[in-house]
Amino acid sequence: MVTIILFAPLIGAIIAGFGHRIIGDKGAQVLTTGLLFLAALLSWIVFLTHDPANTEHVQILRWVESGTLSTDWSIRLDRLTSIMLIVVTTVSSLVHLYSMGYMAHDPQFEGESYRPRFFAYLSFFTFAMLMLVTSDNLLQMFFGWEGVGVASYLLIGFYYRKPSANAAAIKAFVVNRVGDFGFALGIFGLFFLTDSIRFDEVFAAAPGLAETSITFLWREWNAANLIAFLLFVGAMGKSAQLFLHTWLPDAMEGPTPVSALIHAATMVTAGVFLVCRMSPVMEYAPAATNFIVYIGAFTAFFAATVGLVQNDIKRVIAYSTCSQLGYMFVAAGVGAYPVAMFHLLTHAFFKAMLFLGAGSVIHGMHHEQDMRNYGGLRTKLPLTFWAMLIGTLAITGVGIPLTAIGFAGFLSKDAIIEVAFAGTNGGVAFWLLVIAALFTSFYSWRLMFLTFWGKPRGDKHTHDHAHESPAVMTIPLGVLAIGAVFSGMVFYNSFFYDHDRMNAFFGLPEHHAEATEHGEEAAAGDHGEEAATDDAAHGDEATDHAMADSHAAPQGAVYFGLDNTVIDDAHHVPTWVKISPFIAMLLGLATAYWFYIVNPSLPKRLAATQPHLYQFLLNKWYFDEIYDFLFVRPAKAIGRFLWKRGDGATIDGAINGVSMGIIPFFTRLAGRWQSGYLFTYAFAMVLGIVAFVTLMTLTGGAN
Amino acid sequence: MTVADFAFYAFAVTTLVGGLFTVLARNPVHSVLWLIMAFIGSAGLFVVLGAEFLAMLLMIVYVGAVAVLFLFVVMMLDVDFAELKAGMAKYMPLALLIAVVLLMQMGMIYGTWQFADGAEAARRAVTPDMTEVENTAALGQLIYDDYFLLFQLSGLVLLVAMIGAIVLTLRHRKDIKRQDVLAQMYRDPAKALELVDVKPGQGL
Amino acid sequence: MATDLQTILPELILAVYAMLALVGAVYTGKDNLTGPITWLTAGLMAVLALWIGTGSAGSTQAFGGMFLSDAYARFAKVAILIAGAAVLLSGQEAVARRGLGRFEYPLLIALATVGMMMMVSAGDLMSLYLGLELQSLALYVVAAMNRDSVKSTEAGMKYFVLGALSSGLLLYGASLTYGYAGTTLFSGIIGAATGGEISLGLLIGLVFVSAGLAFKISAVPFHMWTPDVYEGAPTPVTAFFATAPKLAAMGLFARVLFDAFGGAVGDWQQIISLMAILSMALGAVAAIGQTNIKRLMAYSSISHMGFALMGLSAGTALGVQAMLVYMAIYLTMNVGTFAFIMSMERDGKPVTEIASLNQFAKGEPLKALAMLVLLFSLAGVPPMVGFFGKLYVLQAAVDAGLTWLAIGGVIASVISAFYYLRIVYFMYFGQTEGQAQAPMSPAAWVALMGSAAIMVLGVVNLFGIETAAAQAAQALVN
Repeated sequence: MVTIILFAPLIGAIIAGFGHRIIGDKGAQVLTTGLLFLAALLSWIVFLTHDPANTEHVQILRWVESGTLSTDWSIRLDRLTSIMLIVVTTVSSLVHLYSMGYMAHDPQFEGESYRPRFFAYLSFFTFAMLMLVTSDNLLQMFFGWEGVGVASYLLIGFYYRKPSANAAAIKAFVVNRVGDFGFALGIFGLFFLTDSIRFDEVFAAAPGLAETSITFLWREWNAANLIAFLLFVGAMGKSAQLFLHTWLPDAMEGPTPVSALIHAATMVTAGVFLVCRMSPVMEYAPAATNFIVYIGAFTAFFAATVGLVQNDIKRVIAYSTCSQLGYMFVAAGVGAYPVAMFHLLTHAFFKAMLFLGAGSVIHGMHHEQDMRNYGGLRTKLPLTFWAMLIGTLAITGVGIPLTAIGFAGFLSKDAIIEVAFAGTNGGVAFWLLVIAALFTSFYSWRLMFLTFWGKPRGDKHTHDHAHESPAVMTIPLGVLAIGAVFSGMVFYNSFFYDHDRMNAFFGLPEHHAEATEHGEEAAAGDHGEEAATDDAAHGDEATDHAMADSHAAPQGAVYFGLDNTVIDDAHHVPTWVKISPFIAMLLGLATAYWFYIVNPSLPKRLAATQPHLYQFLLNKWYFDEIYDFLFVRPAKAIGRFLWKRGDGATIDGAINGVSMGIIPFFTRLAGRWQSGYLFTYAFAMVLGIVAFVTLMTLTGGAN
Repeated sequence: MTVADFAFYAFAVTTLVGGLFTVLARNPVHSVLWLIMAFIGSAGLFVVLGAEFLAMLLMIVYVGAVAVLFLFVVMMLDVDFAELKAGMAKYMPLALLIAVVLLMQMGMIYGTWQFADGAEAARRAVTPDMTEVENTAALGQLIYDDYFLLFQLSGLVLLVAMIGAIVLTLRHRKDIKRQDVLAQMYRDPAKALELVDVKPGQGL
Repeated sequence: MATDLQTILPELILAVYAMLALVGAVYTGKDNLTGPITWLTAGLMAVLALWIGTGSAGSTQAFGGMFLSDAYARFAKVAILIAGAAVLLSGQEAVARRGLGRFEYPLLIALATVGMMMMVSAGDLMSLYLGLELQSLALYVVAAMNRDSVKSTEAGMKYFVLGALSSGLLLYGASLTYGYAGTTLFSGIIGAATGGEISLGLLIGLVFVSAGLAFKISAVPFHMWTPDVYEGAPTPVTAFFATAPKLAAMGLFARVLFDAFGGAVGDWQQIISLMAILSMALGAVAAIGQTNIKRLMAYSSISHMGFALMGLSAGTALGVQAMLVYMAIYLTMNVGTFAFIMSMERDGKPVTEIASLNQFAKGEPLKALAMLVLLFSLAGVPPMVGFFGKLYVLQAAVDAGLTWLAIGGVIASVISAFYYLRIVYFMYFGQTEGQAQAPMSPAAWVALMGSAAIMVLGVVNLFGIETAAAQAAQALVN
């Protein structure tokens, strides 16, 4: 069944991509969409029926056999995989359906057949993504990783006649290379140290890694930390974390369904998935996970600040995505992998919906994307409005505090903030996330207010013709809205709240429960620093204990170190921590209401009085400019130098010089010697014999 | 100095002088004459060595036939050697330099010359003992028996030279009439002649 | 004597046949018999090749060691006879069409072949010289055979005078050698020149002998006659020059170097490798400027001789094997290529301008394809057999520690690829129409297509020639 899920999109992509002349535009669309819905249906069946305690392996073929490297192409089916399966196939199938409406007319490709290409790319992306999440080893994962990179490149640059789209596609690809380099190094490192890249064997060897040190660059490193760090560099690139985030906003050049599928719901979460998948290694790499927490928290904060002032509707959501990914990394970094996956799941629903809603708005407004030209669209686009409203309620985290009732984002985001508090003892990361939650609320509502409330501000003609989208576009919105409302409440216990159900859900073993119970006691006693040091001291013993029987891979989809009690700790955080995100949300909502409904002139004046801050945010903290100065220009300069001087002058010059200068010179010389006169020829012979005789007297004989 | 020594030096000087002037003489006819003198000197040297038969051969074949043939050819061709040599002057310095270098090399070789062990014995082993066999018989033995193969090969070389000379010079010209003796002798008057009765007042 | 004659029976038969045919033709049909005599000669040569090739194994010698019959000689003789026969047949029609149909021509070739067979079997400096002269003299004559052409006469003249000079050098070297060793037998020379200090006089003798032989294989700097003679001689004669005599001279060269001077490998290696690199480089560089395909083939053969010398300069059995394989491949390629060049004509007149081949592929796609294969093979482009020949000698050179020579060979090979591929370019992508045609006799067609096919099919196992060459090399180097 998993095999069918995996290959249905590939078959669709191949047939639509190569056979669309035979089956026609319409046929290609229906075929790919149909296959995706089939895959989605099967995914849900798998998700609901498979036994999480047993990790299944489905071998498809033997792939690489080289020396000690032995890699199969096989599917690893556990809870992590099945979560990703439903996320990917559900969102993807809805996006396929949505695209049938959204891509119906395109002024850029007037009179050309572009739709099969689009659908083939989408399906190909889905296949690559499934390949990534179902992988049983790092090589296969890397294959999927690069596959989604390629698909992303193709889809961002789908409007290849637009220079900005091409530039954005290249940027996404190049920035991702930086991350992929780290990822590849991590894989090499793991193979170097453990002699295998199969997950089972790598995980079994993970405890040993923590004891190993490895020389890399200029010094010795702890092997586990180094590898965890390198793998995370890969995740940073794919998931647009700080320093490698610059490609994501630009990726909005792609068609909106692409943004929803790839750059919100699925591909960008691959990094989170990677960290969770590698949890057995991450658990032994405290320094690296610390780093992950900080990067995640700063990304969440940074992206939220930038989102405050952006005017392009898609860019706001893009920064919002970036920010939410930061949340997930914080959760993964502190060791609460289920929580990270929880937010990944809920986020996929409401963010995809926000994007699709934005797409619906853009579609209705004839490809106008600037929010300043919207306003009062509530009545024009009622269905879209309601969907967007649900999405906004979900992302800002509306719910009833201290209960498990609320929109999806409320439950998952609050869970993250709680584990962040527990994991860092109320450190910087926690406060950054709370502030980011405030900003999230502000910019999300700002988007809503600017778009759907107030008076129409843009081109009158456009507003007059604004229209609701067709059913193929609104139905996916509806489906996603259901997810955005209920996915949090349905899965809250399984992912976070109920310890036993969580263990069962992720297929974690029983003895582990004992360890966490022990942690619970410690946590119940005191959450202060003493407990932490106590835990650490205990951790050492526990590690020794773990070493003794750590030759088998740990059971279950994720792995908690023996001293990892963060989830249980999170249940016992103070009440003010639990309601803090709610308060932040309310503050954000109130501010936005005041800024954009009560007193719409205020933002402008504020921007005028704080020009530096405003410009700083508007220009995204000048990351692009700094990178341009630091990397792009020097790289271009080096490239130009190598091209003009190295390639052009030196290599071409040398080749041309030899082939068009020196050799013809000798040719002419030889021609001149060939005088046609006998005595010249005889003379040459005599010269030759004299030369040889001289050579012989100098070197031959006695010598 | 014995008579034999005197004779050797006399013939040797004759040969060398003859060779030198063969090269140096301006008139080609003179060159050939000097060459004949060198041949005669060499023949004398053969006599001193006890190879009378070779000496006679040299006189008869080279002086009597080859040298005379040379004379005819040189006289008939009327080659202006002075003109040919004019171009040489241009290259003379370089040629001299090369010659000097080569000479020095040769000097070095002869200065350090040594024979291989047993070279002398190997040289003697080929020829029969001169004291027991006449040199005509010895030559016959060598040429027609020991070196039979080489002799026949030389014959082939000469055959090829002959064929070559004929191929390159003999022309069967088609535009001239040749005398065919047999055709003349077998000519049948009955076929050659035809009696025609010409009627008066009419032409043929 | 009887066993001696038995040993040289193939040579004897060919020589006697030539003389009988000569006499017979003179007294009967003369030039009208050229066609039958050509076929008869070629047939006899083919039969002899078959006989020698399948004949007795092992080594025998005749006439007190002056004539050697061993696996090495047999290999060379078979190759010489086959190449000679192939060139005779494929050129027969061209000879007739150009009005050169003299009955002496096939007989001179037969006598030259006798000379070549003597050369590769030589076991003595004297038999060496006589075989060489027999061959050379016949070749001087056929080079000048087109008496009405100034160029042909000039070619014969130049070849003759320079050949005489080279013979002089050879004889001088031989006399130095004799002076040192006291014998002209190779077996005696090697005995005198092995171990301990080798006299400088002997080495200089070796240099002079090498110079004389290098002239025959047209190695730099004794190559100057080659382009002029190739261009001036009638094309069928050029085809002959480029094939059998090259192998004979190369075979003789190896025979002298190993059989007579095998004790001084280190000394002659430097001379031979120098000749090799100079030949490869000059052949490659000078050919670029040529507009006449016969001159181009002359430089091509100079370059190829450089490669063969590279194998020789390794001084090992592997090197000799590589040289023999290379030469065999070279012969095959040149038989095919010259079968084509002989047939090139425009408006019924022979042409040799490369430019006349412009757009040739449009008119004669099959022949153009065969030429393409042959030229690629000559250039040493991988899938063709010519590449493996080059690979062989390069490997031999590297194994012998002559890496610099191998690198030089590779560079020269790259340069020479230019002019081979330029002909292909003209044939397929020429701008103007060259209007050349290539009407062929069936024999020439078979020669062209056959050698092209061998260049492709031989990739499989080189038709087993390696084993034969290995045995031959083993017989020579011990």
